[in-house]
Amino acid sequence: MSFPFFPAQASSSAEQVDHLFFGLLALSGLVLLIVFAPMIFFLFKYRRGMRVNRRLRSSSAVRLEIIWTAVSLLLSTGLFAWGAKVYLDLERPPAGGLEIHVIGKQWMWKAQHAEGNREINELHVPAGQTVRLILATEDVIHSFYLPAFRIKQDAVPGRYTQEWFLAKKPGTYHLFCAEYCGAKHSQMIGRIVVMPPAEYENWLKNGQPAESLARGGERLFRELDCSGCHMGSTVVRSPRLEGIYGKPAPLANGQFQVANEQYLRDSILLPQAQIAAGYEPLMPTFKGRVSEEELVQLIAYIKSLGDQRAP
Amino acid sequence: MRTVESGRVRPVQPRENYLSAGDTVSSWLLTTDHKRIGLLYLASILFFFAIAAAAAALMRIELITPKGDLVASETYNKLFTVHGVLMVWFFLIPSIPAVLGNFVIPLMIGARDVAFPKLNLLSWYLFIAGGALAVYSIVRGGVDTGWTFYTPYSSTFSQTHVISMAAGIFVAGFSSIITGMNFLITIQKMRAPGLTWFRLPLFIWSMFATSMILVLATPVLAITLALMSLERIWGIGIFDPKLGGDPILFQHLFWFYSHPAVYIMILPGMGVVSEVIACFSKKQIFGYHFVAFSSLAIAVIGFLVWGHHMFVSSQSLYAGVVFSFLSFLVAVPSAIKVFNWTATLYKGSISFETPMLYVLGFIGLFTVGGLTGLFLAALGVDVHVTDTYFVVAHFHYIMVGGMVTAFMGGLHFWWPKMTGRLYPERLGQLAALITFIGFNLTFFPQFILGYLGMPRRYHAYPDEFQVYNVLSSAGASILGVGYLLPLIYLVWSLRHGKRAEENPWQATGLEWQTSSPPPVHNFEETPIVTEQAYHYPPLGEEEEHA
Repeated sequence: MSFPFFPAQASSSAEQVDHLFFGLLALSGLVLLIVFAPMIFFLFKYRRGMRVNRRLRSSSAVRLEIIWTAVSLLLSTGLFAWGAKVYLDLERPPAGGLEIHVIGKQWMWKAQHAEGNREINELHVPAGQTVRLILATEDVIHSFYLPAFRIKQDAVPGRYTQEWFLAKKPGTYHLFCAEYCGAKHSQMIGRIVVMPPAEYENWLKNGQPAESLARGGERLFRELDCSGCHMGSTVVRSPRLEGIYGKPAPLANGQFQVANEQYLRDSILLPQAQIAAGYEPLMPTFKGRVSEEELVQLIAYIKSLGDQRAP
Repeated sequence: MRTVESGRVRPVQPRENYLSAGDTVSSWLLTTDHKRIGLLYLASILFFFAIAAAAAALMRIELITPKGDLVASETYNKLFTVHGVLMVWFFLIPSIPAVLGNFVIPLMIGARDVAFPKLNLLSWYLFIAGGALAVYSIVRGGVDTGWTFYTPYSSTFSQTHVISMAAGIFVAGFSSIITGMNFLITIQKMRAPGLTWFRLPLFIWSMFATSMILVLATPVLAITLALMSLERIWGIGIFDPKLGGDPILFQHLFWFYSHPAVYIMILPGMGVVSEVIACFSKKQIFGYHFVAFSSLAIAVIGFLVWGHHMFVSSQSLYAGVVFSFLSFLVAVPSAIKVFNWTATLYKGSISFETPMLYVLGFIGLFTVGGLTGLFLAALGVDVHVTDTYFVVAHFHYIMVGGMVTAFMGGLHFWWPKMTGRLYPERLGQLAALITFIGFNLTFFPQFILGYLGMPRRYHAYPDEFQVYNVLSSAGASILGVGYLLPLIYLVWSLRHGKRAEENPWQATGLEWQTSSPPPVHNFEETPIVTEQAYHYPPLGEEEEHA
């Protein structure tokens, strides 16, 4: 039986989280000392039958109360701020880097790389490079948890969520589903394989994917007849999609919405929710017609359109 | 005990007490006496505790080996659901409030009964009806959603008896609401002459704060479960995005109740601690006003921290930051209480009877539970440890290490008053010690498991986590002994225990000024209060030269 004591630190943020953890541990030790050293001393010294002076001097209790309230408040605020700083770093991905789509379903994790490689319950990533995971789920809530990276994010039905990491050490680490999802929740596990970048490139090539995500999206775009309205010379009734990704899109209600993955997703599945300014709400919903995986391809295609347009 | 030793022999009480006032079944089932209703609750919650503890025992046996080899994963999921649902709603929430609160609140404030005795009985019947529905859904095959009922799993995907279980909790919720309302009005309106707010025992303050939460939060739970059931039965889209709903809305609603519910499961314990620690150090509680108001502060701020259960749920980052800050804030009144209890011991005359041992155990375990709560409130660490065994360990330190320990302490403290009998002191002390050791061995390893990354609600797990699971299961068997022992000697004491004096602990407080067990209407004449709570004679010379 092995006796592990501390999880591997395999990502750039692991150390940051562990520092906060040790900070909290140190403070806890201090509090335990401050409370229990006097308590044990009092319990011993003032136990019944001991001959000691028990007469209380009239001292100001209020001063004591104010002191320990203020100190607790101060320490709490400090720890809060430290925790919030680490959180915002953990949750807000830096610009650029690799994007991988991960879809949870009862009871497996399916990953789609931009090049078209797909894997189940495994995720291969390069070391030393920022990776952003875009999470979706086909059924219930799951949670993509990488203990060695100290990160976790729920995959929530009806929306995209994201998490990011920068893996430092090549190796194989646990992948767990952390949100209870039904009968085989504890079997919704896998591994994440961190490889040196060159090896990762090789792995991608050896996988021999049929088509990249964007290419697959382009095919679907025609098959579903999205191109009938959104492509070519007939683009009158509907907004052009080239270059739309990542920019604020004007809406009919006068607001702007940054056209991120969530916006594109909603526009395909719930087209009546946010109407693009200047257009009639003619688009039919594709809810139930496209799977989560096809949706990923369509969005990858729309994102790729931005790259093609000349400035 | 001390009075018995000092030889003040009293004649066997000739008066009729509330126990001797009738022994027919209907005299119990139709009683409106708050003391009898307290005992009805005691028997009922012990029944549910036994089922929930058996579920826990099976889980701990399953987890000794990494493979899921004792029960199927579906069964395991039902076990932790049964354990959670019964422990939270059918044991912990009614434990101190409905058992000890019902019994001692009217006695402590010098009243004949609660404000609405018939409603009080109705509340017990609702509790039993809810419990019957819960047991029905277990017997029919169980529920596998976890006690949290997260959607859309519970509303759309689960194939188990979700509706009857939710209905059970829904019905039992009305029992909570009625009890809370009854206590609020009793404490407001029925205090004895001279018993001003700041002369009240701190147990009353904490029960007042608890009742506020019961009345304000429980309806939200009822609404949430009702909406979930509507979606499950008729497909009305509220939480499932396939039907146009939002699963995160469920979490907001659920935790809006369930986080305050955590304070329902700790504030009464804190009240017991204040009573016991004052009595066994023979001193006024240090910083009475601060301890009293910290209960209210916890009740109020406790309503504003629910989002800390949702830091990785895709809730807005900035909402997360605010919830984290408020969660740190709620730690302050808890810390104030612990500091004041420690200061109370200073220059006291401290003795270590069973209630005091439990209460000292409470302070230790609650402090560890509270401090690890800071780890979870700290956003950066929470992302890693949420939904792991770290959380499991944390809330067991609060709910079992805190509330159950306080319940045991309070039960021993008031046992002579409730039954008119003394329990065997040495065995009591031994049980308190066994519980403390068993508890720590069970749950401390789970903190390490959590930081290593073992997710909760796992039926099988990677081999490297085994050693801590084995330790935990070993601890659980010791803990089991710690809970069985009191059950045996307390039942034994009902017939064979020494008869209790009216005030075996030399405690202050009105409940100790009437006979043990008390007469049907509590007091022969309405007491008049002229002193502060915990008005123990000043210690000094006599103790100094004792």
